[in-house]
Amino acid sequence: MAFEIPRIPLAEWCDVALDWATAHFSGVTRALSAVVGTGIEATTDFLVDLPPWLVIVAFGLGVWRLTTARIALFSVLGFTFLWNLDLWRATMQSLVLVLVSTLFALAIGIPIGIGAAVSKRFWRIVAPALDMMQTMPSFVYLIPAIPFFGLGAVSACFATIVFAMPPTIRLTALGIMQTPPELVEAADAFGSSRWQKLFKVQLPLAIPTIMAGINQTIMLALSMVVIAAMIGAGGLGGEVWKAIQRLEAGQGFQAGIAIVVLAVILDRITQHVARHMRRDKA
Amino acid sequence: MTQSRPRIRVNGLTKIFADRPDAALSLLKSGQSRAEILKATGAVVGLQDVSFDIAEGEILVVMGLSGSGKSTCLRCINRLIEPTAGSVLVDDVDVTKLGERELMEFRRTRFGMVFQQFALFPHRTIVKNVEYGLEIQGVPTAQRRERAMAAIETVGLKGWDQHYPSQLSGGMQQRAGLARALALDPDVLLMDEAFSALDPLIRRDMQAELVALQKRLKKTIVFVSHDLDEAIALGGRIVLMKDGRVVQQGSAADFLANPADDYVRRFVEHIDVLGVVTAGDAMRTPSAVKPWHATAAEALASLTQTGEPVVTVVCHEGRFQGTVDAEALKGAGETQLRLLLSDADACVPASATLNETVAKLAGGRGEIAVIDADRSLRGVIANADLVATLARRRTHPVQ
Repeated sequence: MAFEIPRIPLAEWCDVALDWATAHFSGVTRALSAVVGTGIEATTDFLVDLPPWLVIVAFGLGVWRLTTARIALFSVLGFTFLWNLDLWRATMQSLVLVLVSTLFALAIGIPIGIGAAVSKRFWRIVAPALDMMQTMPSFVYLIPAIPFFGLGAVSACFATIVFAMPPTIRLTALGIMQTPPELVEAADAFGSSRWQKLFKVQLPLAIPTIMAGINQTIMLALSMVVIAAMIGAGGLGGEVWKAIQRLEAGQGFQAGIAIVVLAVILDRITQHVARHMRRDKA
Repeated sequence: MTQSRPRIRVNGLTKIFADRPDAALSLLKSGQSRAEILKATGAVVGLQDVSFDIAEGEILVVMGLSGSGKSTCLRCINRLIEPTAGSVLVDDVDVTKLGERELMEFRRTRFGMVFQQFALFPHRTIVKNVEYGLEIQGVPTAQRRERAMAAIETVGLKGWDQHYPSQLSGGMQQRAGLARALALDPDVLLMDEAFSALDPLIRRDMQAELVALQKRLKKTIVFVSHDLDEAIALGGRIVLMKDGRVVQQGSAADFLANPADDYVRRFVEHIDVLGVVTAGDAMRTPSAVKPWHATAAEALASLTQTGEPVVTVVCHEGRFQGTVDAEALKGAGETQLRLLLSDADACVPASATLNETVAKLAGGRGEIAVIDADRSLRGVIANADLVATLARRRTHPVQ
């Protein structure tokens, strides 16, 4: 063969780009990491230092207020079960990581979703980025996270945010774009500005859809938190990881069940809240 | 209809649905048909050179079947749909020339709109819906609440202000829709098939109430409808559209008497003649009219001579005073008619529909007078005249 098609050095390019970004920005990201890391640790420590029964009761009461007695009872039983399995500390670590990641994902994702709904051009940029974020194997996010945020919870948090954000962006945009056209027309006919239309009509009507996105984001965050255990995020994922390394099937299964229980609790709560955000049926 | 300067003047309004309507527009100007333009450019001609005036305080009904362009036409007035060519003057301001901000301001204060499917905001209570327009304008809370409550009372929804739209029936929802438009106190009400989604009974109630409201509030109303009976019930002028153009404009009676073409003729074929034709259309010159100082004997003679069932009695100025029938005249000799008068009520205004006329005729002595606003005698209608009028309309809708 006279010709040899040169290989595209994609991996090398990525490394160069990453090195450059690390060299220039890691100072900032490391500082940010320190702040967020301290926050996550402090919250986890606070929850773990409290007597578990108190946390369970407080959580149960909160859920009861927000949803129904049934879901509250289920949450209390679920958490008591996890405490009984001696997975209390790991559960709290995972819970905090999920909630913090979700909070960041929403804080970034909802505005992006709104922007994508308002501007077609922005949507054309965002849509393929979302497709990529969702199809890229989630492990890949872990690697670049380390040089920026170091090993541990913050890297896990970062990777989780990237992985869990797409549903929130997508469903926020979808909810707004799906506002019934006759209501958009009515808002226009009364002379609403673009922002008035958005905040007084489109966003309130999109809330149930946005809540469905938030529910999915929480579920994805929980699944990612487990994977993130590989870079030292600890929590329930850490228990699974330990069991894999030691080939302890029973321990692994137990931690797995614990994750399922936590997932079901979070899912039931957010789904219920999402359904009852529709105030129009009053 | 009070004739004042036009409040709204729609002039040469044309709408072409296409990404680049210029080519289609020039084809249209060169006289190509809708179908030819669609074939040549793929552009749909929604409106074609539509012009009409609306007077202050008038209800104008824009009528046509679905796809005739009537809703497009309405939306071009407040530019929910951007017209391709033509102008819309509202009080001498050309709406089509307004910038984005000015248009917003204009919509906020000048137009109230009511929609076919109500388009109430489901996440807001009735009062929050009604005050939406005021909220958008930045009217202070207390003041807008007060105006919203007044509008809610006007449409008869008092006590429902804290409910959500889904808790209300269709008719009540549309009342709320009307209140939302009225709360702004706009000059112009744009109503898009506003009552079409309601049950027939409720629809008729709402039509009657709108007419009553209009009498009180004197709004200028553009009402889009596909229902001729509705147009007649609202009682205003009608602009009849077909394929994006105006076929004929005028009153329903005009359409009936002088249809512009076969389409109009077919459109008014099943019209309720009794509700459209007026007493003025059906009356004839009376043959037995006597002044009130004439004697009974004279009157009786004229009755026998003309075959009229009653003598119509007028005063010196020719104002209708009442009628006297043969029964009362017999044996009354030289008595003056003024002393024998009865039935001062046996009359209808010339503008009354045949429906009202029939009711009067049924309760009387077989003939009633047709009068002007000042009671001066215009003509009479006897049972036979009514039958003749109806027979004529049935067999030859065109005179």
